[in-house]
Amino acid sequence: MAAIVQQAGTTELRPAIAGRSPWALAWRRLRRNRIAMAALAVFILIVLISLAAPLYAHDIAHDPSVLSPNLNGTTIIHGKVSPVMVEGGGLLKLGETPIGPTWDIHHYFLGADNIGRDVTALLLYGGRASLQIGVCSAVLCCVAATIVALIAGFFGGLTDAILSRLMDVIWAFPVYLLAICLATELLTHSNGVRVGFLTVSATSLWTPTAIIAFIYVPYVYRPVRGQVLSVVNKEFVEAAVAQGASNFRLIFSEVLPNVVSTVIVLLPLMIATTILTESALSYLSVGVQPPNVSWGTIIADGQDLLYTRPWVSLAPGIMIVLTVLALNVLGDGVRDALDPRASVRVG
Amino acid sequence: MRQIMTKRNLTGLSALAVLALAAAGCGNSSSPSSTTSSGTAHQGGTFTILANSAFGVADPAQNYTLEEWQLLINTHDGLVGFAHVGGLPGTKIVPDLATSIPQPTNGGKTYVFHIRRGIKFSNGQTLTPQDFVTTFDRQFTVPGPTSFYSDFVGASSCSTKGCNLEKAGGVVPNNSAYTLTINLTTPDPELMDQLSLPFAYAVPANTSPKLTGNSVPPGTGPYMWKSYNPNTEAVLVRNPYFHVWSKVAQPNGYPNEIIEKYGLQVSDEVTEVENGEADEVFDGDQIPSDQLTTLNSPTYASQVHVNTLTADWYMALNTTRPPFNNLKARQAINYAANRTAYVKIAGGPSLAVPACQILPPNFPSYVAYCPYTTGPKTVWSGPNVAEAKALVKASGTMGDKVVVNSTNDQVGTELAEQMVSDLDSIGYKASTQLLSATNQYPFVQNSANSSKWNVAWSAWYQDYPAPSDFLNVLLGCGTIHKNSDASPNIAEFCDPTINNLIKEAEADGSSDPAKASQLWTEIDHMDTQQAPWVDLYNPKQIDFLAKNVHGYEWNPQWYILIDQLWLSK
Repeated sequence: MAAIVQQAGTTELRPAIAGRSPWALAWRRLRRNRIAMAALAVFILIVLISLAAPLYAHDIAHDPSVLSPNLNGTTIIHGKVSPVMVEGGGLLKLGETPIGPTWDIHHYFLGADNIGRDVTALLLYGGRASLQIGVCSAVLCCVAATIVALIAGFFGGLTDAILSRLMDVIWAFPVYLLAICLATELLTHSNGVRVGFLTVSATSLWTPTAIIAFIYVPYVYRPVRGQVLSVVNKEFVEAAVAQGASNFRLIFSEVLPNVVSTVIVLLPLMIATTILTESALSYLSVGVQPPNVSWGTIIADGQDLLYTRPWVSLAPGIMIVLTVLALNVLGDGVRDALDPRASVRVG
Repeated sequence: MRQIMTKRNLTGLSALAVLALAAAGCGNSSSPSSTTSSGTAHQGGTFTILANSAFGVADPAQNYTLEEWQLLINTHDGLVGFAHVGGLPGTKIVPDLATSIPQPTNGGKTYVFHIRRGIKFSNGQTLTPQDFVTTFDRQFTVPGPTSFYSDFVGASSCSTKGCNLEKAGGVVPNNSAYTLTINLTTPDPELMDQLSLPFAYAVPANTSPKLTGNSVPPGTGPYMWKSYNPNTEAVLVRNPYFHVWSKVAQPNGYPNEIIEKYGLQVSDEVTEVENGEADEVFDGDQIPSDQLTTLNSPTYASQVHVNTLTADWYMALNTTRPPFNNLKARQAINYAANRTAYVKIAGGPSLAVPACQILPPNFPSYVAYCPYTTGPKTVWSGPNVAEAKALVKASGTMGDKVVVNSTNDQVGTELAEQMVSDLDSIGYKASTQLLSATNQYPFVQNSANSSKWNVAWSAWYQDYPAPSDFLNVLLGCGTIHKNSDASPNIAEFCDPTINNLIKEAEADGSSDPAKASQLWTEIDHMDTQQAPWVDLYNPKQIDFLAKNVHGYEWNPQWYILIDQLWLSK
């Protein structure tokens, strides 16, 4: 396509500049942000190695039951069969200490935890759980908060007042206290929690996912509602109203596309926050439940071994730091890409 | 009594010990000091104990913790008490504020105690028989475990609103003859054990009938409470009015001052004691695995003492619902339980002994019995998974879902995961249900929750050395209290035949102790056959002392005798 450009009384034909959508422009800006792209690469790498957990357990460690206790098990160290749990020495023989790192990828590379499980395998399986919960709860949280914010901001008045006060009530609870209360209650439902036609087992990963998603809804709701309030009074919305658009169409066709960038900016930051929350709850034993593991549960397992077997806690700690750091840097990059003038922060 | 679980030790509630206590249960402990009491050569100094947390409200009518009891035995006295010495003799009940242990009259329902004269409380008040009226009334007016004295005449009309056992005739003082008469509604062969507990320690007659909070009423022992702040420390100093009236019941202590400090991490406590900056790591605190390795060093060999406790760590099987309302299913998991693994979770063979039966070793009426193993049926030698699978098949419960309830601390989680593994290995589909330690015990006791779990972790440490403290309290029909958070028969196991034998043994306790003892043995074995629990192991306990501490003695009832320790420069 060509465009006619008139300049100083002359007319010439030039190739037209290809039109770019705001998303394409944002992606272009993001790609130019090398630090953000490096963070994205780190995050993807962590996701990939976590997804490879079964592969490691079956084909490398040759131990498909890596999540079960292995207190009486043995392994190979320097070609010799050794017990996974080593009785204390000296006269008193106090305690049973798990073996430390062998640095042999096939045999307890990072050593064993307190019940004889391979820490490397736990780390990978733990990553799956932590990432699954982190991503799913952040997405659920953002979706729920966006819907509530759209309704509150669009209809305003009493609807806004009720929904905003409801959010204030949730916000008023310290997040961890609320999460612990919910988890403690849900964990005692041995037959699971029934939501409509769905039954979620108390020990399912969906239980902490739902809890974490719920407690953070107000934190996403507030900035999104603010955006909705600013958008609903714009001229293009008034124009759509004048054309007789329904509320549904106004919300989802006019308002939502103009607030979704805020949600997208918040998403990686929320994932980082929810991963930290999941780790904290699991560390406190009210998050991921056995036989599942997460980085938080592994840190808890290793806290009694910090002096002699520090890798049990260090390894998941490093993974959490890397993941959260990557997501925060990526989040900043996404924010800069979508709106360089914005400065949205979570809670 | 149930204790809050920790890995290699106990936190919390008291535990009391044994009769024969395995050679004084002193596995690796140093031999008791030759100095048992009262010598002045070693007197002096401040003995400092480090405890992770305080023991809650200090009122002795309410407090039910080992932590405070280990201090209260040095500040207060009862009519009778366990001998204040180490080893097996420490299980003997001796007269303390009473001049002798009376023989019961009135068919075992009346006891007349002669009270010693010339004893003063730490506030200077003279001890009189009237003081015991207040002491026993307070068992009911102060919220606490009143069941120990519920057989006293008039106790049924007592409550937290008021109690007058003297008027009812349950506790009758004669202040001129210096006697105290206790009248019971039914004979109780364990009365002397119960009177030896700190609940029954004498306090002045003018003590408030209400909870005194963190202010401990005066006592008659060699020390008195100078202060107690649960956030910082408890301080005991010498009682200026104390004199020795019975060396075996209440000897004088060595340190001039005993301080228990709160708030440090246990790892820091160990480091301080290693460095000589404190004298003892409270024996209820869990020493981290890492530091156990350190303590194995020959450097600390003389500072570490390990003793066997008369306690059970077990998994109660919910006998009210499938699959464990089926005897074969209960026996199956008993066969399948890999007790070696549980012992490793407890810290290894040096810190726990595999168990099959209800009564712990070295306990009255204990006769070794272990039907759920591969070898001889006296000692557990290994799981019998083949037998277990056959029983599961015969029971028709294969594939049933099983919820394993435990505490969410590290050891509780590990025990639950091992139990899940054992259950899965014989065909069940098991999962865990982990609750905080403070919630878990009330939760599993309350029958309103019994539809929510199938297997529940618990532990029990003796209150005093009597078989009924395990066999009746934990598995008698009378200790199932529906919809109550205080229903220690967690399994809700009730076998009428066994319950009749329990009643018979209790009745024979006073009249024919030998027959009663035989009956208790029989009951223990019958209970074991009925498999209401999977008994996991009997724990041991570590005492870690500073290098300059001497005179270590371990009493099976009270554990470490703090006041008998002395400090070298």
